[in-house]
Amino acid sequence: MRGQIPIIIVFISGVFMVIQFFIPHDAGVFFYEYGLDWIIVIGVFAMLLGIWSLFRVQLDKVVKKSPGWGYSVVALGGLFFMLIGGPLWGIEEGTPFMQVFWYIYTPIQATMFSLLAFYIASAAYRAFRARTVLATILLLTALVIMLRLIPLGPISGPNQKLATWILMVPSMAANRAILIGIGLGIVATCLKIVLGIERAYMGHD
Amino acid sequence: MDFYERLMNLDRRWVYLIVGIAVIIPVLNPFRVPVYVTPEVKAIYDYVESLEPGDILFLAIDYDPQAMAEVHPMARAIMRQCFAKDIKLIISALSQNGPGMAEQLISEVAREFDKKSGIDYCYLGYKPYFAIVILGMGQNFRIPFPTDYYGVPLDSLPMMRGVRNYDDVKVVIDIAATNAADYWIINGNGRYNIKLALGVTGVMTANYYPYLASGQIFGLMGGLKGASEYEALSKQGDRAIKMMSIQTTAHIVIVLFIVAGNIGYFMSRKKKKQ
Repeated sequence: MRGQIPIIIVFISGVFMVIQFFIPHDAGVFFYEYGLDWIIVIGVFAMLLGIWSLFRVQLDKVVKKSPGWGYSVVALGGLFFMLIGGPLWGIEEGTPFMQVFWYIYTPIQATMFSLLAFYIASAAYRAFRARTVLATILLLTALVIMLRLIPLGPISGPNQKLATWILMVPSMAANRAILIGIGLGIVATCLKIVLGIERAYMGHD
Repeated sequence: MDFYERLMNLDRRWVYLIVGIAVIIPVLNPFRVPVYVTPEVKAIYDYVESLEPGDILFLAIDYDPQAMAEVHPMARAIMRQCFAKDIKLIISALSQNGPGMAEQLISEVAREFDKKSGIDYCYLGYKPYFAIVILGMGQNFRIPFPTDYYGVPLDSLPMMRGVRNYDDVKVVIDIAATNAADYWIINGNGRYNIKLALGVTGVMTANYYPYLASGQIFGLMGGLKGASEYEALSKQGDRAIKMMSIQTTAHIVIVLFIVAGNIGYFMSRKKKKQ
């Protein structure tokens, strides 16, 4: 019974969503809107679970003085400051909550992302070698796409057209094939879940 | 190790140093690079320009601080263009750190144009799970957002009276550095047939051309270049245009490294054959 009830709930919910999509009716719309509201509430509880999990893991590291436990103290400090600071001072521009966001969190994230420029430069220098015909095609394509972001005087226009052609024809063909594959995969997986064939979401096969 | 082998196997620290110098020079000595406007960016500008005062544009700010340099100027230019034309804005931020980005932008631009919350714009804020929130707003903005970001009930905002869902919005422009853009296409355009345009980071751009060709989105801004194109068209700010010089020198250096690496590779191979 414990295994069958979730399958029945999933089946009814799945079939209902399909029916209300193709046959719009006031009653269907009511339950659909009610369902959307419900999912957001479940999502908020999932967030609480995430916060609790973060708290437990970091606290455990501090208590056991595990390697790098000082970072856990900072993580817990940040967690509590933002949790308390938001409701206490508000979340508008200029409040301590936003100042921490702008003067600590934003520079950290921007710095991490900026480092990518250096890694990409190094990786491109090492990886883009015309060793084979395919590697040469990849290299030339990458150069055309990269150069479209640079003003090159009289050759900017033709290069831009070539880059647009690459993006709109060969790249798009490959992208579409991938997207259609993903779409079919999603439909197949959803059908398997709704029909109770795929049960991994219950924690077992 | 001869010259060509050295050229092929430069220590990565030299690469980092030269890229660093290439980025710092245009910061210290700014210069302007010409902006070539693409049709996919112009399509967004033209549509926003065609809106009448009082029309509502939905601006989705779905990016975190790490993508700020690339996409923040897009959001700023669109917001300024809208406020300059008295177009009303509904703004959401569905990325975890998006609310801070949106709040900063709103406080800066709304102050500049003397626009009031609830009258000229409505900032909805953040709710988790892109797909569900986008679907919910398609039924009624009040399902995921009974109140705005500042806790004021939507029904008490003058601007939101009579505004129920996407049917009351002329267009949705999603500025994204996350897969929120996919959900806007699948759930927003696919289910509710909203008129949608995207502004995404440079690396994401190629992924969204199929949607542009299929008509699921009518415009696409890609990375800092897309932002600079929009600024050039709208004449609303020039931050992206200024930053294009930095991107240009960095790209030139990367291209030169690739060329140097290949020269080293071919010459050392030729020597070995001899």
